[in-house]
Amino acid sequence: MPEPVLALSAHGIGKHFGALAALDGVDFTVKPGEAVGIVGPNGAGKTTLLSVLAGALSPSRGVVHFEGRDVTALSAALRCRRGLVRTHQIPKPFTGMTVFENAYVAAAHVEAATRDEAYDLAAAALDLSGMKDVANRQAGTLGLLGRKRLELARALATRPRLLLLDEIGGGLTDAEASELVATIGELQHRGIAIVWIEHIVHVLVQVVVRLVCMDAGRVIADGVPQAVLADPAVVEAYLGGAPE
Amino acid sequence: MMKDAKSFNVTRWTPTSRLILGLIAVLLIALAIAPVVASAGVIDRLTVLFVYILLAAMWNALAGFGGLVSIGQHMFFGLGAYLTIRLANTGLDPFASMALAAALVGMISLAVSYLMLHLKGGEFAIAMWVLAALTHRLVNLDPLIQGETGTSLISLNVYEIGVRRIAIYWAGLTAMTALLAALFLLLRSKTGAAIQAIRDSEEAAASIGVNVLGTKRVLFVLAAVGIGLAGAIWLASAISFQPKTYFSVQWTAYMIFMVLVGGIGTFEGAILGAVLFFLIESWFGDAGVWYLIGLGATALFFSLFFPKGLWGAIERRLPHALLPIGYTLSDFSPQEPHSRTANHQRSR
Repeated sequence: MPEPVLALSAHGIGKHFGALAALDGVDFTVKPGEAVGIVGPNGAGKTTLLSVLAGALSPSRGVVHFEGRDVTALSAALRCRRGLVRTHQIPKPFTGMTVFENAYVAAAHVEAATRDEAYDLAAAALDLSGMKDVANRQAGTLGLLGRKRLELARALATRPRLLLLDEIGGGLTDAEASELVATIGELQHRGIAIVWIEHIVHVLVQVVVRLVCMDAGRVIADGVPQAVLADPAVVEAYLGGAPE
Repeated sequence: MMKDAKSFNVTRWTPTSRLILGLIAVLLIALAIAPVVASAGVIDRLTVLFVYILLAAMWNALAGFGGLVSIGQHMFFGLGAYLTIRLANTGLDPFASMALAAALVGMISLAVSYLMLHLKGGEFAIAMWVLAALTHRLVNLDPLIQGETGTSLISLNVYEIGVRRIAIYWAGLTAMTALLAALFLLLRSKTGAAIQAIRDSEEAAASIGVNVLGTKRVLFVLAAVGIGLAGAIWLASAISFQPKTYFSVQWTAYMIFMVLVGGIGTFEGAILGAVLFFLIESWFGDAGVWYLIGLGATALFFSLFFPKGLWGAIERRLPHALLPIGYTLSDFSPQEPHSRTANHQRSR
């Protein structure tokens, strides 16, 4: 029996910046609709991996497949149009445009979307990410929290099938964090696969069914969250030797 | 579509902006028939104003909307004039030469864009200046131009002086109206939204599916065609062509002045800036060095106290843009079952 097509599979990904190997032979897969968390100490290569998967960086070696097709040579824009989209760890809002316009640009570039469909997509994305009250505000006037939400809203407006989230939960209060967990849960319910880099592990494990831990450009553990968090290598690298 | 399940309006035009559009139409008609009553001097000055507005709008489109700050746009101004001379020299009608020259400038800018648009920020700005200087030197090598000796658009002499003046005036009015309309429609389209997204973050724009290089290219070529036309019209009213007066960075400096004073990144601001520059030049242009000092001081004053230009200061007091290119969301309540309004109208 043939295996079901993976949403995403990356094999042997290496990325060098001069002499530094930011990624050193990473294998990474995501099943359709699956939610995967990525943890690891700063400098482990998490964001670099995300950038390679999204097409913002091209890998020094290795291949990336999205829904069974080789997308290694595709630009970030073309990957996005196929349903693979990311958010940015340091938010990059379109500061001179309103919140709604930020989401609308994303929605307007969905393949074959009419203007009305783009309006609907953008409005729904703002609603889902809790930004409808600031829809007409200039994005440049948003605080860090608003900017992070906008990253999510803009990515959602592209109608993704796989969402790559990079630390959108940092700095949230407990109430805000549970709101975010509910939002991500809703996305999963809609069948969107999620890869989520996050330092706040207790928030992450409420959503993901699989955890990947990276260190020094390699994957050092991959499995169910409890097992990964208990792994001695993970404890050593990520939790500094002291289990929580 | 479950349109009636949701409730929101996306407003683009407002009653005020429709009124403004009507007033602009009336103004354009008045300008079109102005030669019947206006003196030759007024007609000549208005032609100058049209060229200034065209230049300011095109530089603003590049820098204010697209984030492409170029200090070499005089390259296209010079090329528009030079190619008109070159084409007219083959026996082509001078007005047809102007139009064809603008099209050729567009093609040249398309070719140039493949090199230039990969550059970012300051590199792009300086590289455009270098390219303008290089183009100037190449034009110097043309035996028809003979270095800085220059030549004239002699073939315009087939038209009687009065007819010629009005024809150039109409060409200027038509070029300005057509290019500003094209720019306005472009900015209101989804490409226009993409242009502004690229200005604010290229990486984020690419990540949400925007073809960054292709979008920049559309804007770059449009601006080149507009500035090329401006150069051709300037040549027609000045008759004589000397490379250094056209391929002069002073033209780009004027564009920057008009846009900064008027209000960078607003459609109305560039037009206002051009009108201001035109008035300052009309009143103080004879004051020589003091005129230039005054221009510099004005630019300094505005960048210190009105960083968004005169229009930026005015626009803050207005509820909506007069000529809207954005999108305003209202009555947005998709989660409430008893929403105030069931209509899902999207005004355009």
